[in-house]
Amino acid sequence: MSSFFQWKIFLQDTGGGQTYLQWLISAWGWTLAVSFCSWAIAIIVGVFIGIIRTLPNKFLLFIGNTWTEVFRNIPLIIQIFIWYHVIPSIFLSLRQVPPFILVVIALGFFTSARISELVKAGMESLSKGQLQAGLALGLTRSQTYRYILLPLAFRIIIPPLTSESMNIIKNSSVAFAVSISELTMFALQAGEETSRNIEIFFATTFLYFVSAFAVNRLALYIENRLKLPGAIGGAR
Amino acid sequence: MKKLLIFIPFLILNCAQADQTLKKIKDNGIVVMGVRESSGALSYTLGNGKYVGYHIDICNKVLAGIQKQLGIKKLEIKYLPVTSQNRIPLIQNGTIDIECGSTTNNLSRQKDVAFAVTTFVEEVRMAVLAKSGISSISQLGGKTIATTTGTTSVQTLRKHERATGINFKEIYGKDHSDSFLLLESGRADAFVMDGTILSGNIARAKNPSDFKIVGEVLSIEPIAIMLRKDDPDFKKAVDENIKGIIKSGEIAKLWNKWFMQPIPPTNIKVGIPVNENTKLAWANPNDKPMEEYTTKK
Repeated sequence: MSSFFQWKIFLQDTGGGQTYLQWLISAWGWTLAVSFCSWAIAIIVGVFIGIIRTLPNKFLLFIGNTWTEVFRNIPLIIQIFIWYHVIPSIFLSLRQVPPFILVVIALGFFTSARISELVKAGMESLSKGQLQAGLALGLTRSQTYRYILLPLAFRIIIPPLTSESMNIIKNSSVAFAVSISELTMFALQAGEETSRNIEIFFATTFLYFVSAFAVNRLALYIENRLKLPGAIGGAR
Repeated sequence: MKKLLIFIPFLILNCAQADQTLKKIKDNGIVVMGVRESSGALSYTLGNGKYVGYHIDICNKVLAGIQKQLGIKKLEIKYLPVTSQNRIPLIQNGTIDIECGSTTNNLSRQKDVAFAVTTFVEEVRMAVLAKSGISSISQLGGKTIATTTGTTSVQTLRKHERATGINFKEIYGKDHSDSFLLLESGRADAFVMDGTILSGNIARAKNPSDFKIVGEVLSIEPIAIMLRKDDPDFKKAVDENIKGIIKSGEIAKLWNKWFMQPIPPTNIKVGIPVNENTKLAWANPNDKPMEEYTTKK
């Protein structure tokens, strides 16, 4: 049919002084910005929570488990809604916080719960003897974690961590709900304006794929560079 | 996966059988109506596969008329919910024969589909908190305006901002109730949207008197029943039936039923009388696109 695939719609003006292509690129930038910032928060918080869930301290364990279960069990879109609508209606000053920060926190915390679970699982997969040997050699617990256990655990969890990092790019699409002009919002809005949903969705799908795939390749490279002969998954 | 690939040629072939909807209806005794899940009082669901609304009533009358003209005893109407993303492809590939929702007739869509004569003209307005004292769009400099992602109002605002040089901040709700919440919670100073949607949301609010629809009409959009392109016989049949409904005064009754009386499921009134542009469209039935309507500046 003649009307299929009219790619030139991307050169049309949006009515605001830029083309749909320029808008698409800026939307991609927002998607990557939301994803990267949330990822940074997710890693920092997730690793911290994951570690305290392996310590022999009941209180820290309780905090860690609660954090993980709360953020893991509430659907992401509802968490976004809570951060954006519910909390600011209790603490009015939070209304001034830009939605970008809110969505980065929401997505970061959501993913941190999943990463904490990975870190905990990675640590538990190591034999108890590693910790005991470290302590017996006169290392403190934090030294044992820092020099022996965490480096091994991290290598084990790189593959699932890659999945989480790819997920965060796809999950960043919820940001459209708080008015961030990222790829999903672009797709919905530009599709409506141009009536060419097929072309618009093709382009956005392609960019999501490229972004997630790039993360995948980068992670594979890191995984190969960090392989330790003799450690789990490191023999080659 | 391979099995799925086999279907692709069929999907493409489907596009080719675009013409002759009347013959298809006559041969099969079935017509598929595209409907919306929640397009205000125009087309929405009551659940359990029941779809109602102003445009669905009009379509049912039109199809009953066509059934009579074709002289078929039984015409089965199948309802298929569509979205604003898939309604045009679905009508092009023959999945639905007639779309009775809330589709704006504009030039870019006319390249892909045809529209019946306009049955409803929407005016884009803004809703504000009654106590805000805002009464015109010119007062919105530096203010925050909410609208809904995936609507033409976003583009209307963008063009307006560029034309007048008034700078305002836009925020986008993910759906109409989300946008309305932004206004209700004070995050936005105004909510710019189709008048019927604003009225509907205000009617359902906790305190409808807290809100006001004010200011000039920002854009006028003819909303019409959508048909396949290049099928003049079917378009003519639909148009003639709509003109009949207009002439007999039934359309004014339908407006009254859906926009002035309490409607299910909540039995709340939308409460908007017939606007001038709709009256004009009824007086001179036409399928002019949105671009030929101009707002008073």
